[in-house]
Amino acid sequence: MPVYASVDSELIRSHEQELLRLWLENLKSSGRSGDQRTKAAEVEQQAKEFLNLVIKGIQGGNLQDLQADNWAQLRAFLENFSRDRAQKGFTSDQTATFIFSFKKGLFDLLKKTAKDADSLVAQLWTWTELIDSLGLHTFNAFQRTREEVIQRQHTDMLELSTPVIKLWDGVLALPMIGVLDSARTQVVMETLLQRIVETGSHIAILDITGVPTVDTLVAQHLMKTVTAIRLMGAECIVSGIRPQIAQTIVHLGVDLAGITTKANLADALALAMKRSADAMVTAN
Amino acid sequence: MEHIPILRMGDCLLITIQVEMHDRLALTLQDDLTSKIYATGAKGVLIDISALEIVDSFMGRMLANISAMARVLDASTILVGMRPAVAITLVELGLELPGIHTALDVERGMQKLRSSIATAQAHE
Repeated sequence: MPVYASVDSELIRSHEQELLRLWLENLKSSGRSGDQRTKAAEVEQQAKEFLNLVIKGIQGGNLQDLQADNWAQLRAFLENFSRDRAQKGFTSDQTATFIFSFKKGLFDLLKKTAKDADSLVAQLWTWTELIDSLGLHTFNAFQRTREEVIQRQHTDMLELSTPVIKLWDGVLALPMIGVLDSARTQVVMETLLQRIVETGSHIAILDITGVPTVDTLVAQHLMKTVTAIRLMGAECIVSGIRPQIAQTIVHLGVDLAGITTKANLADALALAMKRSADAMVTAN
Repeated sequence: MEHIPILRMGDCLLITIQVEMHDRLALTLQDDLTSKIYATGAKGVLIDISALEIVDSFMGRMLANISAMARVLDASTILVGMRPAVAITLVELGLELPGIHTALDVERGMQKLRSSIATAQAHE
């Protein structure tokens, strides 16, 4: 069972300036005080606020439980801090060092003011636990922010990669770019079907010029999309099949029977317009 | 007992499904439709499912069956107005409804149906 000491918030408060100076010096010597992305004044401001909130937290007690209410302000500050750092492109260790480098100055101070060895050890242990858990909290928040950024980019990319274009009256085209996986096929299918209903188009052209490889799975996704379009009552033409892809499809034994395919978008559009004209003639 | 109305337009039959289909209703429709085709000698059947929001594997099979039965009685079937969500569900269920003709809406469906009836009669 580790020995916890009661931490004297007055000690910190009375030596605030000194602690701050030592901390900033330490940060500077480790080369992580900041660069053009954060100004020295900003780092100092953050350090000051951190120190203030630590003092407030200690006054509330609950030294072993950072989830307690009296630490809420400090937690919020750290979350903001690491979000800011993550968005500015700092690495995780640069962010964590900001907190950990506070230790050196603090420990020097504790050494100077300690009454005996036992109380010094107890004090050091309590502080180490506290600062480590603060550091971990910062690190977690940092990682969460990074994940949010990745997630957002992922959804942005999904939306960017499914533009449905109206080529002609009653003719829609969807140029597909990038690797086709289940999630993307789902988005492509939903967007395209929705647009078919909205515009009342009777022909949809799927252009796969930008799809790097076609394997059995991708072919299956294509077949699904084509079938769904047919069920809705529209026709589908697949265009933009490159020579290598034509070879791969045959070598894999993928059966594209029942799907109209064209080598390029121009041919597909020509066919679409011919079909529209035919439909008009029959209607009259 | 509940019935889905079957309207006659010339030599075509028009069915618009406006309520949620349940299994018993689908079976009743199958009975009604086959007897109606037999009685009227209709050459085409148009089924409008634009109001249908939920389709399960049973409904998918019923639609395929109805179309096959109509074919045996010498009437071609066309399915119109399927919603995107329904189309995706059917494809995911593996029910691709081969052999069923489809159209975007009733107007185009009627056009398609009439032209296919005309072609069939020209061949005879």
